[in-house]
Amino acid sequence: MESTRARVPIAAPRESALSHDRPGTLQRMTAENITENIIEIRGLNSFYNSRQVIFDISFAIPKHQITVIMGVSGSGKTTVFRHLIGLKRTAAGQITVDGQDLGSFSETMLMQYRRKIGVLFQSGALFNSLSLSGNIAIPLRVHTNLAFETIRIMALMKLNLVGLAEFCDYMPSQISGGMKKRAGLARALIMDPEVLFVDEPSSGLDPITAAGLDRLILKLREVYEMTIVVVTHELESAFKIADRIVVMDNGRVMAAGRPKEILASKDPRVMQFLAREADPLKVHVDAYYDRLLGEARRSI
Amino acid sequence: MVNPVRSLGAYSLRQVISAGRLGVFFFCTIRGIIRPPGKFWPTVKQIQFIGTKSFAVIGFTAAFTGMVLALQGYHTLTRFGSEGWLGSAVGLSLIRELGPVLSALMVTGRAGSAMAAEIGIMRIEEQIDALECMAIDPYSYLITPRFIASVICLPLLTSFCDALGILGGYVIGVKLLGVNEGSFWDGLISSIDWSDLYMGLVKSVCFSLLIVWVCTYKGFYAGVDEGSFGPEQVGRATTEAVVISSIAVLIGDYVITSILL
Repeated sequence: MESTRARVPIAAPRESALSHDRPGTLQRMTAENITENIIEIRGLNSFYNSRQVIFDISFAIPKHQITVIMGVSGSGKTTVFRHLIGLKRTAAGQITVDGQDLGSFSETMLMQYRRKIGVLFQSGALFNSLSLSGNIAIPLRVHTNLAFETIRIMALMKLNLVGLAEFCDYMPSQISGGMKKRAGLARALIMDPEVLFVDEPSSGLDPITAAGLDRLILKLREVYEMTIVVVTHELESAFKIADRIVVMDNGRVMAAGRPKEILASKDPRVMQFLAREADPLKVHVDAYYDRLLGEARRSI
Repeated sequence: MVNPVRSLGAYSLRQVISAGRLGVFFFCTIRGIIRPPGKFWPTVKQIQFIGTKSFAVIGFTAAFTGMVLALQGYHTLTRFGSEGWLGSAVGLSLIRELGPVLSALMVTGRAGSAMAAEIGIMRIEEQIDALECMAIDPYSYLITPRFIASVICLPLLTSFCDALGILGGYVIGVKLLGVNEGSFWDGLISSIDWSDLYMGLVKSVCFSLLIVWVCTYKGFYAGVDEGSFGPEQVGRATTEAVVISSIAVLIGDYVITSILL
């Protein structure tokens, strides 16, 4: 059986110049925390139309580790995710993959990069008109010349990995949300990617299914030595799986480092996020009553 | 004073961007013909959807159009004692104009709207993003088979529409209103030449391209301009797809007729 991984050239590992511990700054690595970074983000800015949503962020994603990008809704983590998987082009700043600038990739190079990555979208993004095995087989059908039966066996192996082998002939509409995510994960793994990107793996799932997905992600890191990038706002899940955590807020990196370092962070916004505290109410009581009662109140 | 000018400028800019994107979309779709993945089975599936499933609705439309044409034509022609020309009137109207236009409008309503909705849902459910992330060209995978299928199906559906319309006209004109059968068919055959059939064929091919282009484009970019992806965007994209492609068909009909006549 032809190995799909063997088809994709892997760049030689190289030392990083970025530290994870000081977001937004470039630092020489110290002896004890030298890791090879597969992806590095330097001074990234991002815009939707003319609105800036990401402000000069820098951090790195080390090889063979799980990096969790965490933050409240609207913090910009999904935008960073879309930059990392090449769905959004960098307007200012740089994302380097194995030392090469992702922003300068031609269409062909981008296609080659995407063959090296696997992506699990929040909803699973399965095709409704295809069975689970059909969905998982798509990349193999398009990118390889393997026989139909070989492709089916490989799809079944991946479905087995996520515990869905017996559902291979089911349509996406016949399975639950958690199963869709697991099937999406199987599809993301079918080409044996170097880097796996996972968007909100636990959102909308019951605790048991979410824990199952977390365990699966850990297994992928341990058994296959995969580099995994997870975007989530689930604290429990993040601290369970992460080797590195990047906390984002309002399009900026508030903290980045190992889970212990994040827990020890003195940044008030990070502390608030970790303590799950709500923002203070933004209603100004006086202004509200003024608007409600108008002149009558002022004359009292 | 500045705001209306700014709004007009922003609107113009959006239209220019949209036109450019429409051109790129067409180019990528045509380029998809020679790009992987293979198109045979997806195209067969689309032929079944666009073509086979449209037969009934086009059949009904064509038959009743032919019947109405015969009815109206008969009452007009009898005033001049020329009811023998009924076959010619029905045939020419259908083959040159009504056949291609009605088939195109029916395909727009039945298949075009479904295409826009299906691709729009794929957009909001991140399935198109997933295709890109699997290094699969979404144009080649999703749009090109629909283009090919549509170009194959619409001329055939138009021919079917013409034939059934003429048959409807024959039933009303000859069997119901008593027009001479020989003069009906003779008038029909003598007045229609290859240029009429050619015009109908050219129109149906052009309309098929217009319909798929507009409908798949609208679905493909559902919600992209707004930056929000939800059912509302799919609904809007579907409505716009049907309205714009219907108007494009009618305008295209005039343009092609004026060129070919």
